[in-house]
This record gives sequence, C-alpha cells and structure tokens, in this order.
Amino acid sequence: MSASVLFDAPGPKARVRNRIYAVVGTLVILALLAVSVIRLNDKGHLAPEMWDIFNYSGIRQNIADALLATLKAFGLAAVGSLVLGVLLAVARLSDHKPVRWVATGFIEVFRSLPLLITIYAVWVAFLTDYSMWALALGLSIYNGCVQAEVLRAGVNAVPRGQREAAYALGMSKTQVMTSVLLPQAVRAMLPTIISQLVVTLKDTSLGYMILYPELLYSAQLIASNTLVNGQYPYVSVIVVFGVIYIALCLALSALATWIEKRGRRARTGITVAPAEAPGGEADLEAEMTAGDTTGPADGPGGTKN
Amino acid sequence: MNVLLDHFPEFRDGFIGTVSITAVSSVIALVLGVVIAGFRVSPVPPLRFFGTAWVTLLRNTPLTLLFLVFFFVVPEILFPGMSPFVLASLALGLYTSSFVCEAVRSGISTVPLGQAEAARSLGMGFSQTLRLIVLPQATRTVLPPMSSIFIALTKNSAIAGAFSVTELFGWQTLMSEQGYAIAPVFFWVAVAYLVITFAISGLFRLLERTMEVAR
Repeated sequence: MSASVLFDAPGPKARVRNRIYAVVGTLVILALLAVSVIRLNDKGHLAPEMWDIFNYSGIRQNIADALLATLKAFGLAAVGSLVLGVLLAVARLSDHKPVRWVATGFIEVFRSLPLLITIYAVWVAFLTDYSMWALALGLSIYNGCVQAEVLRAGVNAVPRGQREAAYALGMSKTQVMTSVLLPQAVRAMLPTIISQLVVTLKDTSLGYMILYPELLYSAQLIASNTLVNGQYPYVSVIVVFGVIYIALCLALSALATWIEKRGRRARTGITVAPAEAPGGEADLEAEMTAGDTTGPADGPGGTKN
Repeated sequence: MNVLLDHFPEFRDGFIGTVSITAVSSVIALVLGVVIAGFRVSPVPPLRFFGTAWVTLLRNTPLTLLFLVFFFVVPEILFPGMSPFVLASLALGLYTSSFVCEAVRSGISTVPLGQAEAARSLGMGFSQTLRLIVLPQATRTVLPPMSSIFIALTKNSAIAGAFSVTELFGWQTLMSEQGYAIAPVFFWVAVAYLVITFAISGLFRLLERTMEVAR
C-alpha cells in the first residue's frame, strides 16, 4: 500500500480503522443488494417460473438467432469501420489540402453527432427496408471516424526515421504509406483498435431503435410477449441478455489486453498503446504523440459511447 | 429551413430537453464517479472490489440495455411511476460514472509519489495532502478526458429520446414521422448537437486555461 499517493503503509491504528470500514462497507453493500433482491422477490420476479422460460426451445432459438444477428451486424460494421478508418486516416494525412479538409470535416461532424441520430437518418433516408445495412452503415461511419483518428495517431507515432529511410530508398508516397507507415501504425494501435471494436459491439444494441432483430430487440420482444404469473419477465430476460453482452465484450477486451502484452514482449521499438477497457479511449487524444496538431480535448470528438 | 420554423416550439423543447438531461446526469455522473474512484483507491479491500465490479459491469453493458434495466427493473425495486426523465438521467449518470471514475483514478495516479511523500514529511495530514497537494494536480490532468466524457454523455443522451423523454432525437423521429425529408431535419439536429458539444469543449478549454500552471 505504500506505493499509493494517497496514504502511507497503515500503522496499527489505521489497520483497525480500515478493518472497521471494511466491515461497515461490506454490510452496507450487502444490505443494498439484499433489499433489491427482497423487493424483486416480493413482486414475484425471482419465481422459478420466470426463469423457466429459458428452457423452451423456441426462446433458445430466439436467443441464438438474435446473437447471430448481432454478430452479423457487428462483423459488417467492424469491416466497414476499419476500411473507412484507413481511408479517412490516409486522407487526413494527405499532401493535398482539399482532401485533408474534406476528411477532417467529415470526421469532426460525424464524431460529434450521436450515433443514434446518424443510424436513424441513414435508416429513414436510404435503407428503410434493410435495417441490418442501415445499422452497419451507421456504425461504420461513426466508428470509422474514430478508427481514423486512432490510426492517424499511430502513423504520427512511427519514428520519423522510418519514413525518411523509405523515401531515401526511392519509395513513392503510396508505398511509404502502405508498406512502411500503416503496418507499424496498426501494430502499435491494435489494442486501441480492438477496444473501439468493443464499443462498436456494444453499439449494435442501437439496432433496437430501428427494429433490427438483434439481442436487445429480441430481449424486449421476449419479455413483452411472455406472460408468466400475470407479469412480464423483464428481470430474468434482462439478466440473461446482460450476461451475454458482458461476456461478449469482456472476451473482446481480453483479446485487446492479450495483444497489448504480446506486443510489449516483442522488442521492436514500437510502443504498443495500452489496452483500455471498452470506451476508455478518452486518453487517446492525450496520448497522441509529437507531430500531432490537435492538442488534448480539441474539438467535441469524445470517442466514448 | 421550413421544418425548423414550422416546428420551432417542439425543436426548442427538444433542445432544452437534451441540455437538461445532460446537465442532470452530468451531476449524477460526477458525484458518483468521484465517490466510486474514492472507493477504488481506498485502502479498504471490499470497497475496492465493489468499485472494480461497478466499473467493469457498467463499462461492458450497452447503454441501451441499461436503459431497459432502469425502465423495467428499477421501478420495481424502488417505487413504480417514476418519471422517464428521472429514470433516463439515472441510467445515463450511472453509466457515465464508471468513465468518470476511471478518469479520476488515472488522474490521481499521475500525481508523482514524491509530491505526497514531501507533503507528509512536511507534517501534513491525509486531508491536507489530498486537498492541497494531490487533488489540485489531479484535477488538471483529469480535465481533458472529462471534457470528452461529458461530450460523450451529451451524445448518449439521444438514447433517452427513444424512451419517451423529450429531446432532440425525439424531435427527429417526430418530424420524419410527419413526413418531412430527413436531410433538413438531420441538419438542424446536427447543428443543435454541435452547439452543445462546442459549448462543453469551450467551457473545458476555459477551465484548463484558468488552471494552467508551468510545470
């Protein structure tokens, strides 16, 4: 404990005090939990029948279909956002001013807009009958902008010598970008890129608003169409679907952390960005290294969701 | 232009709705986030565990799911008939509190250990160290991530519109249901959000400038 800024290694008196706090804190937390459980039990939400609904094959089939639909939208959005991210990042680093301006404008606008607004507009305007594509396109636009900024930070973090050496070898601008800068940027930023994919995965739940039958939509459908003991099983359904979501996100975050550790072990001289928990990319802008023109907190482009 | 002028009262209500839900949930997020961050850095293991569980759970749950929880489960635990505005602010505030907590925690950990050691060797007590030495330095590092967190909060408040809270997304759906072309509606909603987010980032830049010191 002595490695903390806030307190020294506790002496005998502080140890006693800490133990009292521990007991009291545990009791308070347990009491809150107990009150919630008792209240839910009183309303009949914890009755076995409420949880039995998950034994029906129809409901299981629903959950499997919904999971598949979520993963489909996520897959499309992941590919779309990465492709768009690379394009936008390259455009922002272009030598031609108009290209740079267009890319910057696009990124700034769509990063500052709520994703839901974009998805809804895409849905109403172009893809009313194809909610999966509307969801995937909306997610790709927003996350593509975020990924572009991540990649740009990565490219800027590649040591200058790499670029200079590549030019000295007579490579063209395109070659320098595609075979020297981008691969190193992707490698350094992989944990951050995957963390942003976790955000994308979480945001597929916005498909709920445009009637795309993904996990959350089916959760709502199952809960509002099943009547058990004269009540709708919202509690059990939300718990089950919540666990599915958290498991999916934690699995992806674990992948990001694993890649970060692996990257740190390899001695290539490229610093690997720390793997943040999903949505923890606020520090990204602060991490952007030399050569980056936007200072921390520049523009309303928070990447959290 | 027509769509804005014809439905200006609704648009104004939506704008005020977005601003007020952002303001209320910001306060909830800030207070809760700082408290949970306090738990996470405290020397008491159960509180630390609680803080970690809180952050992990909330950060890995989609906000939309959290909204479902608050609209269908929380009224059962507390009392039925809470207003959508309160429920939505709570959902947003709790969700954002996990991000605020992490920002504050990393802010505290950026204060060099020597600062606190020096304070203690001068004879300062815990509260003096915290108040005079650690917090002022932590606040400065925490401001930039905080600004992105509150901008993200503003953007996330759009989800509340789908849960029958009056705000800008609600205006967008209303207008498109009334048959207006989506492009101008989208444009005005975008402008409104840009105004709010620029105001927030401007405010934070002002704060950063006032608290700036040479280091």
